[in-house]
Amino acid sequence: MDYEVVIGLETHVQLKTATKMFCGCGTSFGASPNSHVCPVCLGYPGALPTMNREAIRYTVMAGLMLGCKIAQYAKFDRKNYFYPDSSKDYQITQLDYPLCLGGGVEIAGEGGARKTVRIHHIHLEEDVGKLTHRAGCSGVDFNRAGTPLMEIVSQPDLRSADEAIAYLTALREMMIYAGVSECNLEEGNMRSDVNVSLRPRGQEAYGTKVEIKNMNTFSGIHAALLFEIARQKAALDAGRAIVQETRRWDTEAFETFPMRSKENADDYRYFPEPDLMPIVLSAEQIAEWAKGLPEAPAKRRERMVAQYGIPEYDAGVLSADRALADFFEATAQRCGNGKLASNWVMAEVLALTAKRGVALGDSALTPEALGDLLKLLEAKTINGPTAKALLPELFEKGGDPAAIVKERGLGQVSDTGAVEAFVDAALAANPKVVADFKAGKQAALGFLVGQVMKQSKGKASPQLVQELLRKKLA
Amino acid sequence: MDLKGLTIAGALAGLRSGAFSSVELTRALLEAMEASQGTIHAYVTIDGAGALAQAEAADRRRAAGEDLPLLGVPIAIKDNMNVTGQPCTASSRILEGYTAPYDATVIAKLRAAGAVFLGRTNMDEFALGSTTQTSGFGPTENPVARGCIPGGSSGGSAAAVGGDLALAALGSDTGGSIRQPASHCGIVGVKPTYGRVSRYGIVACASSLDQVGPMTKTVEDAALLMNVLSGKDPMDATSLDEPVPDYTQAWAGADPEKPLAGMTLGIPAEYFGEGLDPEVAALTERAKARAEALGAALRPVSLPHAGYGIPTYYICMTAEVSANLARFDGVRYGMRAPCEDVTEQYKRTRAEGFGAEVKRRVLLGTFVLSSGYYDAYYNRAQKVRTLIRRDFEAAFAQCDLLLAPVTPEPAWPLGVYQDDPIRNYLSDVLTVGVNLAGCCALSLPAGTTAAGKPVGVQLIGPNFGEMALFRAAKALELPRA
Repeated sequence: MDYEVVIGLETHVQLKTATKMFCGCGTSFGASPNSHVCPVCLGYPGALPTMNREAIRYTVMAGLMLGCKIAQYAKFDRKNYFYPDSSKDYQITQLDYPLCLGGGVEIAGEGGARKTVRIHHIHLEEDVGKLTHRAGCSGVDFNRAGTPLMEIVSQPDLRSADEAIAYLTALREMMIYAGVSECNLEEGNMRSDVNVSLRPRGQEAYGTKVEIKNMNTFSGIHAALLFEIARQKAALDAGRAIVQETRRWDTEAFETFPMRSKENADDYRYFPEPDLMPIVLSAEQIAEWAKGLPEAPAKRRERMVAQYGIPEYDAGVLSADRALADFFEATAQRCGNGKLASNWVMAEVLALTAKRGVALGDSALTPEALGDLLKLLEAKTINGPTAKALLPELFEKGGDPAAIVKERGLGQVSDTGAVEAFVDAALAANPKVVADFKAGKQAALGFLVGQVMKQSKGKASPQLVQELLRKKLA
Repeated sequence: MDLKGLTIAGALAGLRSGAFSSVELTRALLEAMEASQGTIHAYVTIDGAGALAQAEAADRRRAAGEDLPLLGVPIAIKDNMNVTGQPCTASSRILEGYTAPYDATVIAKLRAAGAVFLGRTNMDEFALGSTTQTSGFGPTENPVARGCIPGGSSGGSAAAVGGDLALAALGSDTGGSIRQPASHCGIVGVKPTYGRVSRYGIVACASSLDQVGPMTKTVEDAALLMNVLSGKDPMDATSLDEPVPDYTQAWAGADPEKPLAGMTLGIPAEYFGEGLDPEVAALTERAKARAEALGAALRPVSLPHAGYGIPTYYICMTAEVSANLARFDGVRYGMRAPCEDVTEQYKRTRAEGFGAEVKRRVLLGTFVLSSGYYDAYYNRAQKVRTLIRRDFEAAFAQCDLLLAPVTPEPAWPLGVYQDDPIRNYLSDVLTVGVNLAGCCALSLPAGTTAAGKPVGVQLIGPNFGEMALFRAAKALELPRA
């Protein structure tokens, strides 16, 4: 039978606040166990949570980025369950008044058409600790407990494993862009619970869904979805009903397995968190935060193509990183030639960052300096090789390209008389090469150009040299 | 001179004049405390060495010319408040072995004001009770009405102050836990407005109802302590940023003949209903008459939803208790019944660590929050709670304060009603409304029964109406015996 796949994702995105959601402990990754803890995140008797306003702001920014409606009234609730990774044996989360509602993420769907994956809501909650099991004992590390997490819940709008990955990729890019999360997958900054069901194509009612919990790599999610879709299809074709259950992806066996029934959802006895006041956001406050919102990456790509006349490929590479795109735009505006700026940023600058292992933001190179350098190049004040030679210095030490060129006399020699003298000297010194060229050996010309450039200490205009050589050899 | 019988104000005068030292005062109290442990049992922990060290430090500072609002004043602390380095069990076996790694905000404030911490007073386990008999470490006896309960849950604090085993104490009030024992032990107890005093570091009973307050021998002492305890705390999101007046100025400039002139006291009819002990009723009438004689106008008012107070309170409170007490699971601190399996560990730790009343309330709270029952119980109780709050707001539109009894009857003998939870719950009928509404109230000695049992009278004020409470209480205060 032909089935339609229905997928919805609940994605936990760790916010990059300096401190935890409800206490002043740091959130850095990889510290020794239980070193970023206090009475609050350890759930000590008498300790109380207080709200991290920055986490609220980040969540609102994320919501604005995804086109959500921002709630002016939101509240926290307690979700009660016993588990050793929970320091209070309840989790502070948001049940019915989340911070953001609606919104969507645009992706290239099956067959390439653009489609919008609707967002149901985004709520804010605290992370739990990390359990480690050893022979005969288990340990809990509460460093992560209390770290702010956004849960971004999609509508069941995804129709394939590829679409799920396209959605997650776009979501990740937008969250990084909004500056609210590092979305570092290795550090578990972005973890998804995947809901998947099948229904006969054309049927409106959803089939029975299965949830695959706590997936943190895109490749894992893709593989788990392919497996689960095949498993459900086989079961349905064989006339077996799908059991609504929570399964986990076994990365070794490459299969999903049902979790023990104990781990399946039961009664969490939610009720409003009495230790925290509801969040009330004024329209002015939301508008103020919205000012800090960057342009969405997809929109920026389109605009950059139109505004700077660069190919879509270039716009894609440049806009993938907000800082890089900012750098490019500032450079392009400074030098007035988008394509030139894009070529230089993508080829020369990125090569330097890779070669030196230094991030662009940590280098001394400013978009103003690069823009000025490219202006000198465009005005033929310097030639290409000189510009390329100067770049590493600007990258390491910074400086004003015009001043450097002037001080060191690096200006390109475009004076025909001066270049002509170098050309004549080169021709006189290399009669054999001249004979070769005249005998039809085109490569000989290159050698002669090199000789002239050498004599001019690299400053002669290469175009002018070629032009004069051809004229004299004709 | 009987140092242990002093008030805070009296002790401060003596300390400031050099009549005695904080060490002498503290030693006198410690001796009485130790001697009474076998009978009154007001304390679960006495920190003699720590108290004397604090007293010595206070004396040195005073000798160096320093003065602070409570420098060298010995105070007892209810066992549910974290004091760095001390045990903090909330009178529960499940917290045996736990040492507090931090100071509750009220403790930090008292410390900064120079107070000396005598020890930790007995209480109903996790503040769940009104007799101090649910303590995991044995009951406390009423030091005035001997053989009777001291009330609860702050029974140890009330007994310590009433029995001259501390100059003053801190208590906490979730449904009457300061006012009711204060009434039974013949002392003053204040339940401040919700949000007036920080809850940070107080082992939570019911978060939306709990409030810390002073338990003292006089109204003036209560005002002195409120000056230190009050104020917004960045560590408690529910504390409120209201200015803190000097509460000892509440009665300044009052007409000595008619100190209550211009004040209207509302008399809520529902608080004078059936089941009120005749002697309690008579002593309350006497307080009304005194108020009138002192210039107050009395006015009948109504709190129409008062009858729903007990069921509403026992739903809201138990729901929050069930979540607040979940953390006592044997994983991170306190008692642990070691097991192979973590679920077994939870079950055995909680089965062995909690007493019967705690289990009863955790089960009730779990039930009222359960899927399918939430709307009928928890949700409905929240709605009734709003109605109860509006009752008080409407009443305060007609008067400055309410005057009412604190408890329906005087302290009863130890051991009686112990197996009758409903009977115990019903005794909270006159105090829980204040916690549900969030407003402030005070219990003040009104006299004694023929059998010599203390009886208090309750003054109830609107949100942040503590100044009016203190003004009226100061006028109505009976001379100390």
